[in-house]
Amino acid sequence: MNTQLRNPQQERWDFQWRLRLLWLLVTLLSLLLLCRLLWLQVISHAYYHTLAENNRISIVPLVPNRGLILDRHGKVLAENNYSYTLEINPAQSADPETVIDQLATLLTITPSDRKLFQKMRDETHGLAPVTIRSHLQEEEIARFSVNRYRFPGVEVQARMIRNYPLGTSASHLIGYIGRINESDQERLDDEDLTDAYRGTNNIGKLGIEGHYESLLHGTTGSEQVETDAAGHGVRSLQRIAPISGSDLILSIDAGLQQAAEQAFGTHRGALVAIEPSTGEVLAFVSQPGFDPNLFVDGIDQDHWNALNDSPDKPLNNRALRGQYPPGSTVKPFMALAALTLGRRDPHTQIFDPGYFAFPGSSHHYRDWKPGGHGLVDMHLSIVQSCDVYYYSLANELGIDTMHDFFTQFGLGQKTGIDLDGEVSGLYPSTAWKRKRFKQDWYAGETVISGIGQGYVLVTPLQLASAVAALANQGVWMRPHLVRAIRDSSSGITRSINPEAVRTIPLKEADLALIRDAMVDVMRPGGTASQAGAGAPYLIAGKTGTAQVIGVRQGEKYSESQTAERNRDHALFVAFAPADHPRLAVAVLVENGGHGGVIAAPIARQVFDYYLLGRAPKAAVEVPDEQVDDGPH
Amino acid sequence: MNKSTMALIRQWRERLFAALDPTLLQASLVLTLLGLVVLYSASNADPFKVLGQVRNLALAFAAMWLMAITPPHKIQRVVFPVYVVALVALLGVALFGEVSHGARRWLHLGPVRIQPSELMKLALPLALAGFFEWRGKTLRWTDFLVAAMILLVPVLLVVRQPDLGTALLIASSGFYVLYFAGLSWRIMGGLFLAALASLPLLWHVMHDYQKKRILTLLDPTQDPLGAGYHTLQSMIALGSGGTLGKGWLQGTQSHLDFLPEHTTDFIFSVFGEEFGLVGEVVFLIAILIIITRGFVIANEGSTPFARLVAGTLSMTLFTYTFVNIGMVSGILPVVGVPLPFLSYGGTSLVTLFTSIGILMSVHHHRKLVKQ
Repeated sequence: MNTQLRNPQQERWDFQWRLRLLWLLVTLLSLLLLCRLLWLQVISHAYYHTLAENNRISIVPLVPNRGLILDRHGKVLAENNYSYTLEINPAQSADPETVIDQLATLLTITPSDRKLFQKMRDETHGLAPVTIRSHLQEEEIARFSVNRYRFPGVEVQARMIRNYPLGTSASHLIGYIGRINESDQERLDDEDLTDAYRGTNNIGKLGIEGHYESLLHGTTGSEQVETDAAGHGVRSLQRIAPISGSDLILSIDAGLQQAAEQAFGTHRGALVAIEPSTGEVLAFVSQPGFDPNLFVDGIDQDHWNALNDSPDKPLNNRALRGQYPPGSTVKPFMALAALTLGRRDPHTQIFDPGYFAFPGSSHHYRDWKPGGHGLVDMHLSIVQSCDVYYYSLANELGIDTMHDFFTQFGLGQKTGIDLDGEVSGLYPSTAWKRKRFKQDWYAGETVISGIGQGYVLVTPLQLASAVAALANQGVWMRPHLVRAIRDSSSGITRSINPEAVRTIPLKEADLALIRDAMVDVMRPGGTASQAGAGAPYLIAGKTGTAQVIGVRQGEKYSESQTAERNRDHALFVAFAPADHPRLAVAVLVENGGHGGVIAAPIARQVFDYYLLGRAPKAAVEVPDEQVDDGPH
Repeated sequence: MNKSTMALIRQWRERLFAALDPTLLQASLVLTLLGLVVLYSASNADPFKVLGQVRNLALAFAAMWLMAITPPHKIQRVVFPVYVVALVALLGVALFGEVSHGARRWLHLGPVRIQPSELMKLALPLALAGFFEWRGKTLRWTDFLVAAMILLVPVLLVVRQPDLGTALLIASSGFYVLYFAGLSWRIMGGLFLAALASLPLLWHVMHDYQKKRILTLLDPTQDPLGAGYHTLQSMIALGSGGTLGKGWLQGTQSHLDFLPEHTTDFIFSVFGEEFGLVGEVVFLIAILIIITRGFVIANEGSTPFARLVAGTLSMTLFTYTFVNIGMVSGILPVVGVPLPFLSYGGTSLVTLFTSIGILMSVHHHRKLVKQ
């Protein structure tokens, strides 16, 4: 097409012509709309009139069955049970208060039932049926049925109710489902899932239930039902069956999980047990737990307050979200860093007079052992948990080197486990401090980082996966909880493959050196010798104690004189059998005191159960004679 | 009051209102009042919703008046800057937009939240018209190529959000300018064929929910709870309304909450259910009066810019009306398009009345500019 010389007159004419043409199109399309509206509103009016007025055909969502959650041996951790509930539809019934009073003469209705009803009624603005009683007994149903005519708008409904047969066991890991609340609804709207959740009342809130919601929920079906004048279904016209959610098979061993929980007794804390070669989590404990069944129908205020206000913080997922100083459990990693980077010969002996001090400074970084350990080499420094050895090592390595080394083991980083809400912990560096506090890093901060104090914070999960990497020749596997997913309609089980995230460049000889030292920790002369006594397999372990309150210069920490909540946290990390690791464990006991005394025996019971099939005895108790300054 | 005061008042009234074309003004007022009546019912008799819309209307009328008193050649001066601003805002959305409902459409500027694609609906056709005016007497094929770039860049940005519906509407308004500017029939035929040929490709890049909407259109009963639900319920609302409708505030479909978005995109079904075919015909006639008037104004426009703008804006008004009613009556897929004059919402109302203001300006200043 070449240059068009435009004659204004010609152009005006052309424009006019084009206008007319479009106007014709506008007219035609308007007529098309009119025809469509005519067809809908005049010709098919009767049909749509019936649909709207009689509500003759109603579309009923068919809610899919939620997928089950099973442990690695097929033991059920979350299931769906039929349960009969009594529901009041405030729109059709008399004044609900009066109705409930009358119902109370027929069946037991507790004050907490009433409170829950009130809460749900407020949430649904009285537009939807609200449960007044769940888990009705046969006899109660019979009694109500006889009197049903007295209660318009009150109905017995059979509903699938989520049940967690293990109760408080593994509650943080499994999580729970609860009523879809306003923020859930907003999220569903945002993800364009409102239709997919039509008819569904509950949604996964925490743990596996929350993280795997999309798999567990399934696909909602629908049914077009012809109804009679009273709104009761007469016949089904078209049915699209719902597709049940997928079943999740966890890597958790429910027996091991319960053994570990039992070993905690009344102590608060967390334990994570990982298979080093795969990253599969076999036990994931946060004590105390809570009963997830309480949340399924909506939790009432009293139970909620009890859980929420308890000083033991049972709703806190300590394994995933608790951040603690790792204390001396970092020492094997520190030693490994020195070896790997060639910064200190394992045979070099350091003299420990009981403290470390910078030249010309009077500030003493104390060893846990008054008077010190004397001459200490690397092996002994791990076995006896010598602090001064690591104060000086940290000073030689520098914080940024330590940061880079520990980061490879996943400290201070989210592990990416298949649970929501994980926190990252913290491994400091000079860059971090400059960014966070706009301050320079002090050498003294490096020194205390060397024994896992100061800014360093880890989650028990991070610690466990770091130890698992140590056991796995430096291959850091991403910890995960779901081992396989079983499609409910096809029955096909799809395994989740282990994910090797990175291989830390380590030398076999160095690893062996550290492992040998950790084995000797469990032997006479080591800080966890009691816990290691009589084990028919080799354990490689390391104790740790994390300070909760600071101890001033020249003062002495005394456990017996410190309030329980301010006592040190006890830590222990280990893997076993040391020569062929099958399980890596990290244990944290809040305010438990000394790692070797309280945390290590818990790990021992977990190993015994897993490796020997031996059920734990009673909970670990602190022997009376061991209450003052012990090994850190 | 003495004579001079009277004269002064008359003079001011002249100055203030002379630019307001009576036909456009009256039809708009009728539609606006109808909109408020329907909105009151659609919002389940929520006076605050109606008050909110009245506030939007005040803003919209101000915009209309401002446009009407501004001669086209002055409007023409700002169209490029406005286009550039809208384009930058679209880029901003692509880079730091807020994600809502799985799409990136909103941009936060301090306390204000804007949807730049709405601005582009108006900015693009104006800029294109300005471009053709600027190129003047001779139009080369390269000019059409540049025009295509001006058109395609924002459209592709909106497609990426993803908001296919709005992108198509913006593209259509740009296309009207090309059409009115005299794009050759051969090229338009070619484009049409190209569009047909690219349909399978388009299907390939469409999101699942978009495919679902198309499939739903072919058979709404396929997925009565999901994508088909809205269309089906809307058709039931219209169909059960019949010839005369169920009466104001009497719509069962809308008041029993069967209808989605019943104050915005689906307000026509509330209207149709309560006012019936008769009400709808009144609405359509009023809209057609505005469009026809717009075409007449376009025809008498003094400059190419004025003509292109008037023709395009009238045609765009029709497009929105057609697409929205087509959607609620189940002959077009569900796209988020507000119905002019009836749907609740500040942005669309201001855009609409700005367009009408521009039409009035073209009419009022038809003889003021030298040929």
